[in-house]
Amino acid sequence: MSETINFTIDGVEVTGQAGQSIMQAADDAGIYIPRLCAMEGLSVFGACRVCTVLVNGRPQAACTQPIIEGMTVENDTDEIMAIRRDIIDMLFVEGNHFCMFCEKSGNCELQALAYRFGILAPGFPLQFPDRDVDASHADIFIDRNRCILCGRCVRASQELDGKGVFGFVGRGADKKVAVNAEACLAQTSADVIDKAVEACPVGALLVKRTAYRVPIGQRKYDRRPIGSNIEQTATPE
Amino acid sequence: MTETPETAIKKICRSNKNDRSRMMDIVRAVQEQFGCVSSEAMDLIAGELSITRVEVEGVISFYAFLSSKPKGKVVIRLCNDIIGEMKGSKRVGDAFRQALGVDFGETTDDGITLEYTPCIGMCDQAPAALVNDVVFTYLSSDSAWRIVRALREDMDPQKLVHSFGDGNNEDGLVCSMVHNDIRQAGEVVLSEMPCGAGLDRALAMSPKEVIRDLNTARLRGRGGAGFPTGLKWNFTRQADGEQKYVMCNADEGEPGTFKDRVLLTEKANMVFEGMAIGGYAIGADTGVLYLRGEYAYLRSFLESILAERRSKGLLGTNVCGKEGFNFDIRIQMGAGAYICGEETALISSCEGMRGDPKNRPPFPAVKGYMGCPTTVNNVETFCCVARILEKSPGWFAQFGSRNSPGTKLLSISGDCAKPGVYEVEFGVKLIDILMLCGAEDTASVQVGGPSGQLVGKDDFQRTICYDDLATGGSLMIFNSKRSPLKIASKFMEFFIEESCGYCTPCRVGNVLLKQRLDAIIAGKGQVGDLEYLERLGTSIKTASRCGLGQTSANPVLSTLKNMRPAYEELLSEPENGQLRRFDIRAALGQAESITGRQSVHYKE
Amino acid sequence: MAKPKVATTSLAGCFGCHMSLLDIDDRILKLIELVDFDKSPIDDIKKFTGPVEIGLVEGGCCSEENVAVLQDFRKYCKILISVGDCAIGGGIPAMRNSIPLSECYEEAFLNGRRGPEIHNPEGVVPNDPELPLLLDKVYPCHEVVKIDYHLPGCPPPADTLWNALVALLTDKPVDLPYELIKYD
Repeated sequence: MSETINFTIDGVEVTGQAGQSIMQAADDAGIYIPRLCAMEGLSVFGACRVCTVLVNGRPQAACTQPIIEGMTVENDTDEIMAIRRDIIDMLFVEGNHFCMFCEKSGNCELQALAYRFGILAPGFPLQFPDRDVDASHADIFIDRNRCILCGRCVRASQELDGKGVFGFVGRGADKKVAVNAEACLAQTSADVIDKAVEACPVGALLVKRTAYRVPIGQRKYDRRPIGSNIEQTATPE
Repeated sequence: MTETPETAIKKICRSNKNDRSRMMDIVRAVQEQFGCVSSEAMDLIAGELSITRVEVEGVISFYAFLSSKPKGKVVIRLCNDIIGEMKGSKRVGDAFRQALGVDFGETTDDGITLEYTPCIGMCDQAPAALVNDVVFTYLSSDSAWRIVRALREDMDPQKLVHSFGDGNNEDGLVCSMVHNDIRQAGEVVLSEMPCGAGLDRALAMSPKEVIRDLNTARLRGRGGAGFPTGLKWNFTRQADGEQKYVMCNADEGEPGTFKDRVLLTEKANMVFEGMAIGGYAIGADTGVLYLRGEYAYLRSFLESILAERRSKGLLGTNVCGKEGFNFDIRIQMGAGAYICGEETALISSCEGMRGDPKNRPPFPAVKGYMGCPTTVNNVETFCCVARILEKSPGWFAQFGSRNSPGTKLLSISGDCAKPGVYEVEFGVKLIDILMLCGAEDTASVQVGGPSGQLVGKDDFQRTICYDDLATGGSLMIFNSKRSPLKIASKFMEFFIEESCGYCTPCRVGNVLLKQRLDAIIAGKGQVGDLEYLERLGTSIKTASRCGLGQTSANPVLSTLKNMRPAYEELLSEPENGQLRRFDIRAALGQAESITGRQSVHYKE
Repeated sequence: MAKPKVATTSLAGCFGCHMSLLDIDDRILKLIELVDFDKSPIDDIKKFTGPVEIGLVEGGCCSEENVAVLQDFRKYCKILISVGDCAIGGGIPAMRNSIPLSECYEEAFLNGRRGPEIHNPEGVVPNDPELPLLLDKVYPCHEVVKIDYHLPGCPPPADTLWNALVALLTDKPVDLPYELIKYD
């Protein structure tokens, strides 16, 4: 029998199961903690830091922190929202995010978070880095302009597809996602049905010839903010 | 028959038992032999180790001393840290450029590569450089020319070392021109301990009692974080698992720190003794000394000390005759990454991976190296352990202060007459240290390296201890001619270079922070910029995943706190809502040069 | 009492945002009861006649002329609004930002491999003194002057523009609902 653990999020009592992270317990309780690199089915990564919460006053990633009896978690406070907004802004200015023609627009998790946070303009100077596009593969293309280094493709290719097509190379601001080949994606065992391709939250990994099929207004985040699916499951008070 | 590269590389892999966790040793050996780890080599290594090629590429591309593109037979790495610059490294750099005929980042036709590298732990004898593994100190333009001329006759840098430094720098296995510069030896660490004395007393107690002694002594980590050592060892001792590890963090990458270098040179026995005591206390049979790549010149010497200890029964099976206590130590070389001084990144590196810090929890005491309970401690901490066990906790606690017992090794450099290593009691005032090292006209001191704080005259009465001015040892002294904002910018450059890039706030935030700081330095600051720096710095500090990120904004945040007027005097009110940092002249530079005409509207 | 004035311009923009403004359709009749237009392509007034209440800027700054116009707008407009993704982030023109300017000129006027064939027999890059000099990169407006509000979109929906204008003209906060915050 699973041990239950009681703790609070913004003063609200939450009961979770031993072994769950704060994020998992919050999800079950219908409390949305924003995230990008955390994805169900993949190992936790803790890279994006969007899910930063305060645990007993100290910052922690909700996705990596296991729940402990009696812990006090702060999630929806001005201070934390300001930090999360800064992180989302950083991700926008770090790459080249041209939403107006991006095939992922409307279904993009980074964009959806920005919408949810009411971001109208980047809070930091845009960096306009020189990033490349790899369209060598017959069915999949990589647009590194949009990559947010969340590692979902790396983990999914390793853990779900058992292939290891993607890996991180470089360090610091030069870090990027590379492929398991000398030159390009076409040389790897990547396949259009790979879970790794679906895993990308933004428009960095896309299937060719599938763009713009869903009209504006009917895309995933056009009408409902990201996270509303989790919040809907909250037990009404 | 000469060996093909393929055979040679497979041999290197197999001599490491095709063990993926030995990746660092494998790629270092390939780099050494071939001047790079080429694309073909990556495929071969991946094949032998049964991993993906991109994982190998991930490791090569992470560490500064590894490369996929060929480097010359000789690589000159000139240290460009702030102390080096203060002592003239720019002139030395110009001389190297002229003598070699290439720019930094390039390789000559006759196989000499010229590069910059951050702090190599030689700040007291700067300007300094690494030529392959050989350290060159007190460089000048003349010596740069001489080095290049000599290399062109014989590409063996070791042959260029004609006189050796003091102490064990003269040892046949070191043969280095590096000096110890021990200016003040205290009673605890830079003092004599009979070989085996600490270990003998430790083994006469139970492991629990050893830890109790460390708790009684209130020993705290000497690397900078200051975690209570007894507590850390107790957690590790109590953690589940048969196999446990003791690791010594000899990565010493914090700029301005070089005291561990001196300890490894002169007190290696004390360090290894402390590690063995640690093994006994936590129940580990294996110790790993993670030695930064820049200190490779000490490796053979350290291996010989280990061999000597083995022959004396101080390492190996039944250590010191204690039945059932087996303990041995191996040396793991790093390859140029400051982040590997962070304990979980150090562990990642030892596991043959990119030096990425790990998610915590779980902490290394519970799940560390290879998933086993591990304690990672600083070089100096192990020395303290040995002495505490040798003499007694009470003896140790007589030095220093209540909350910071014992002594601290300081590595002092910068604008002072007597840079070098000083062993002082905790609780000593900064002003007294300034007098001790012959500092004059001191305007500011960086306490604890770039991840610490820059303090001004108002703080000189404060004390060196964990609760006040804490430092892992680095103390950099700046006179009134040095600009605090430029110092901060230089430190930001360091963090940007060394960030592992895993998490957003550190990877991106620090670049943004430095950009705004540099705009202010360039006279383009405006009212509102300081709030921007504070808010951004706080986000970086709060949301970063590891100690590097959490302290990376400190150069800006601490100067804003302690030297705010230096910022304020550079700010102006923007005229008519124009942004001062928009530089129309800079923006027009390319077009004016391409078209050959000047802007009519926006003249200079 | 004179009605507050509105000025508009398109810098390095496609005028799509202006078209979107006109998409307020018959609400324009209400708008002209509330405001007069000053410098704007809509009424073809080419110079500011004086200070205006609200300035709407479409497009980022790709040339020195854009910068001069934008600086003028900042000078004359009490409230300055960046309209659309180009003004806010540089937009499609900013795709050239990671490419050196000389390569951009060469590609546009000399190479022309990818676009329609360029008739440039002398292989000269146009350089008439009347042509404004291009900036090293395309700048979002708020990186050149202080901007008071941003209305994102490509273009921002007419409702967004309408809501924002009405709010500002009636001294209310500009508060866009979720459905109207769009970057495409």
